[in-house]
Amino acid sequence: MSDALLKVRDLKIGARVYPPGEKPRDIDIVHGVSFDLEKGKVLGLIGESGAGKSTIGLATMAYGRGGVEITGGEVWVNGREILGTSLKDLRQLRGTEVTYVSQSAAASFNPAKKIMEQVIEASIHASKFSKKDAEARAIDLFTRLGLPDPETIGDRYPHQVSGGQLQRCMTALALCPEPDLVVFDEPTTALDVTTQIDVLMAIKKAIRDTGVAALYITHDLAVVAQVSDEIMVLRMGDMVEHGTTDQIINAPKEEYTSDLVSVRSRKHEGKPPSDNPVLTIEHVTARYKGTNFDVLHDVSMELHAGQTLAVVGESGSGKSTTARVMTGLLPAREGQIVFEDRTLSADLKGRARDDLREIQMIYQMADVAMNPRQTVGTIIGRPLEFYFGMRGAEKHKRIDELLDDIEMGAEFKDRYPAELSGGQKQRVCIARALAAKPKVIICDEVTSALDPLVAEDILKLLHNLQKREQVAYLFITHDLATVRAIADSIAVMYQGRVVRYGTKAEVLSPPFDDYTDLLLSSVPEMRLGWLEEVVEHRKMESAGN
Amino acid sequence: MTRIPPAALFGLFFTSLYFLMAILAPWIAPYSMTEIVGDVWEPWSADHWIGTDNIGRDLLSRMIYGGRTTIFIATAATMISFTTGSILGFTAAVIGGWVDQVMSRFVDLIMSIPTLIFALVVLSVMPVTLTILILVMGLLDATRVYRLARAVAVDINVMDFVEAAKLRGEGRVWIIFREILPNALSPLVAEMGLRFIFAVLFVSTLSFLGLGVQPPNADWGGIVKENKDGIIYGIAAALVPAVAIATLAISVNLVADWVLNRTTSLKGGRG
Amino acid sequence: MPLLLKLLVQRIALGLLLLLMVSVLIFWGTNILPGDVAQSILGQSATPEALANIREELGLNEPALSRYFDWLGGLVQGDLGTALTSGQDIAASLGSRLKNTLFLAFWAAVVAVPLAIFLGLLAVRYRERWPDKLISAVTLASISVPEFLIGYILMYFVGVKLGWAPTVSMIHDGMSLGQKLSSIALPVAVLTMVVLAHMMRMTRAAILNVMQSAYIETAELKGLTSFQVIARHALPNSIAPIVNVVMLNLAYLVVGVVVVEVVFTYPGMGQYLVDHVSKRDVPVVQACGLIFAAVYIGLNMVADIVSILANPRLRHPK
Repeated sequence: MSDALLKVRDLKIGARVYPPGEKPRDIDIVHGVSFDLEKGKVLGLIGESGAGKSTIGLATMAYGRGGVEITGGEVWVNGREILGTSLKDLRQLRGTEVTYVSQSAAASFNPAKKIMEQVIEASIHASKFSKKDAEARAIDLFTRLGLPDPETIGDRYPHQVSGGQLQRCMTALALCPEPDLVVFDEPTTALDVTTQIDVLMAIKKAIRDTGVAALYITHDLAVVAQVSDEIMVLRMGDMVEHGTTDQIINAPKEEYTSDLVSVRSRKHEGKPPSDNPVLTIEHVTARYKGTNFDVLHDVSMELHAGQTLAVVGESGSGKSTTARVMTGLLPAREGQIVFEDRTLSADLKGRARDDLREIQMIYQMADVAMNPRQTVGTIIGRPLEFYFGMRGAEKHKRIDELLDDIEMGAEFKDRYPAELSGGQKQRVCIARALAAKPKVIICDEVTSALDPLVAEDILKLLHNLQKREQVAYLFITHDLATVRAIADSIAVMYQGRVVRYGTKAEVLSPPFDDYTDLLLSSVPEMRLGWLEEVVEHRKMESAGN
Repeated sequence: MTRIPPAALFGLFFTSLYFLMAILAPWIAPYSMTEIVGDVWEPWSADHWIGTDNIGRDLLSRMIYGGRTTIFIATAATMISFTTGSILGFTAAVIGGWVDQVMSRFVDLIMSIPTLIFALVVLSVMPVTLTILILVMGLLDATRVYRLARAVAVDINVMDFVEAAKLRGEGRVWIIFREILPNALSPLVAEMGLRFIFAVLFVSTLSFLGLGVQPPNADWGGIVKENKDGIIYGIAAALVPAVAIATLAISVNLVADWVLNRTTSLKGGRG
Repeated sequence: MPLLLKLLVQRIALGLLLLLMVSVLIFWGTNILPGDVAQSILGQSATPEALANIREELGLNEPALSRYFDWLGGLVQGDLGTALTSGQDIAASLGSRLKNTLFLAFWAAVVAVPLAIFLGLLAVRYRERWPDKLISAVTLASISVPEFLIGYILMYFVGVKLGWAPTVSMIHDGMSLGQKLSSIALPVAVLTMVVLAHMMRMTRAAILNVMQSAYIETAELKGLTSFQVIARHALPNSIAPIVNVVMLNLAYLVVGVVVVEVVFTYPGMGQYLVDHVSKRDVPVVQACGLIFAAVYIGLNMVADIVSILANPRLRHPK
């Protein structure tokens, strides 16, 4: 065997699940995965949810989360097999030789203790450094990670720093005891895209500076391509493909891998807007009840039949609020909403049934958008009854047609939402919206909760349905790849304002305003060296100023 | 059909036994409730299966009739607390605004006084009749049902599927009965069991304190009170009704647990 | 004003407001309800003259509002009025009884609180194993068993059959602490059993909740020992929920005291209250009711204050 730092051989992991009302049963999560990692190298573990990537990451510390148990195989760290060792030996390994960075630093820091105390705790516990040396090392790491006030930030409590900063503090926590291996578990997934790039760069630089080896776990291939030397693709607990980053991105051998690589590259030719929009919102200002500040300022946009307007922005930009104003859930304070040629009541309660029918909505979380106590048939059938008075055979015929439209069969009619997969749930929500025969459908982050390949199918479905029904979509998303794949026009929102608006070609072509530039350049691209280019580009720009 | 777990079976058996006894009391009780048929605190015998009470009435007959009273009062009070509490709680959650504020603050106020103490204060000025007892218990307990029903309904009310129904233009009746109620049912059913147990314990405690069912009538709590002086002479008569109260309460609890488990595992999952 | 201080002042003000509203409710409850105090005192056969006399004597002809303020004014100065049945000053009779009740509740808490927390920790340590399951079963039983059943069972077996403890808990000033304690041994045991299971179960839930946090996993992955994880990371975050559990159960204990005092004929406030409810002595009932409510509200307030003080977000604002 080579003198690899980490050797994983035929790793098998299982878990005990407790379905409500049934007997607990054991399932396999990982079925025999093997790989090596050499000193100072970064291996990316990539896969969709349920691929077992986090579980494998934690197994390198011989740790099983919740009911997870390692059932077979070997894990060698620094020439020692760790699965068979005692808890006492494991404690010497954990936190010093192998450390862990989790997805949510906000939850992983103890809210009752200062950051510094937590960052140096493992080093002191293992008597690796004196308190003074550990603190000096922590401050050095804070500086390298680009944290503001590195000398004093450790005296703060976790809730006193921002999410992006805390994620970098977590990286400092992992690097402080000079480990040989760090496991990064989706460290940037919870962050906004413009924050993600800073944290990503900080992590990459820190890995390089300290020469540590790393396992980098993520579902986002474009992200992992920026930081890792090698990539391993996992699916349902099995290894699909393992190769250098270059090979995986540029010459994938397996079909599944090439699907993952190409998933974001879907292109859509934008159509020019027509002369008469189907829905217009004009100079809308809105605020939430009981607050004294506006969350939307002077927002205007147009929707055209058979076209998609994408509204992009980060969390808190007001994109979902715009949708609420359109539907009348949050009445606008100023401005108006014009459907075809009539002005709609600002308040939901003032709208006629037919106006309500014309604007339908699809939600991000299909789980909670359907009543769990209603069958698929009831869910899709209700708008048919409610708006068109359909009953009996006529209704059932239409339900079957709609199920057909969403590429699901009539046999799903009697199922409950809990019996459907994530993608199927979202399809049923689409059918429910279509049932009303609307002219406008608002899609609020409809693909963000789904795995990339499933999301891709949903986008295709939406696109085909649009071609046939000539419905207009208002597509709310934070993901620019999705925008490229579906939009005809784009509105970029920031802090409650529309900062850029026009056809896709106009919005995505320079010259850019500052925010759009930042946003566009922050979206990870599926090629090697992208991260360095962006950072270099920004450095030059700020030097130029 | 899944097998009924033994604990639930135990619960079902005793719950049905007690309810049957309550319904059939006049036919199965060997003696009348008030008839003096023997000596004071006779031990068990063929004539008096569990002996006689403090003035020589047949304890078994008295227990059967007492159970009838306890179960009747507890059932009636639970029904009152349940209908009032859940209707008001749902209304508060769906209407919201000041209606919700006023009702919820009033409930907070009532709940800031321990229930037993509040009941004692009220009963000190009101005549202790069966109707008043049931009303006082039912209304005081309705505050707890109100809180639960409101909390459950508020949680469901903010879910996207309710918003989707509102966007569709559905009326309040559809939203309460078709969207919220089916999802609120299983926690409420489990709560019904707990409320019933609480009512049993509560009426027993009041009667034990001499402020519930008045002699010569008696519920189980009252029978404990009548026979409690025997304890220090080593006569266990008072323990019989006390044990009956405990087994009834435990049985109902086991049944409620089982019902809750079953309903959450129904198709559609989420309770 | 700093946020923390503001929240504390708000919470205390809320407690006082609640107490004031409770006094209104108790007064209203005993005056406006259909029952007639004068009639209750004299019984159904009273002559109209006698009723008129007693109404005059009790000031029942005054408007309710002015009677309420008279009563409240007296309360603030420690004057609880006089008992209708005995004509004695209520404050004087209550003084020693309140002391006895607090004495009983105090010793029950001294036994129950540490025991419950210890057993709660034990249940967490042996989660899903037999000690945990046993605790679940005991909890189920204990919420289904009336206080007086536990009382009489102990009295019957421990007091009468074994003769280990007195069955009647007499207590007076002349007794030494040891004598007093032996006298209240059984009621303390009953009260402990009444609150123990609940407190254990809630402590278990509170700690488990903290133990499931991501920062506990972080601590475990730092290679700390179980003890260090619990002491350094779980405990600082469990204090507030545990104090909450304890306070809630002490509030519950206050009510349990009423029944237990009657069972063991203990000269405390609970028995005093129950006696006077039967005699329909309204001023005494009002005074006792208000004191019980005040203790209950006070304990809940302490629980909330501890939660506020223990919250790092409030202690160290941004």
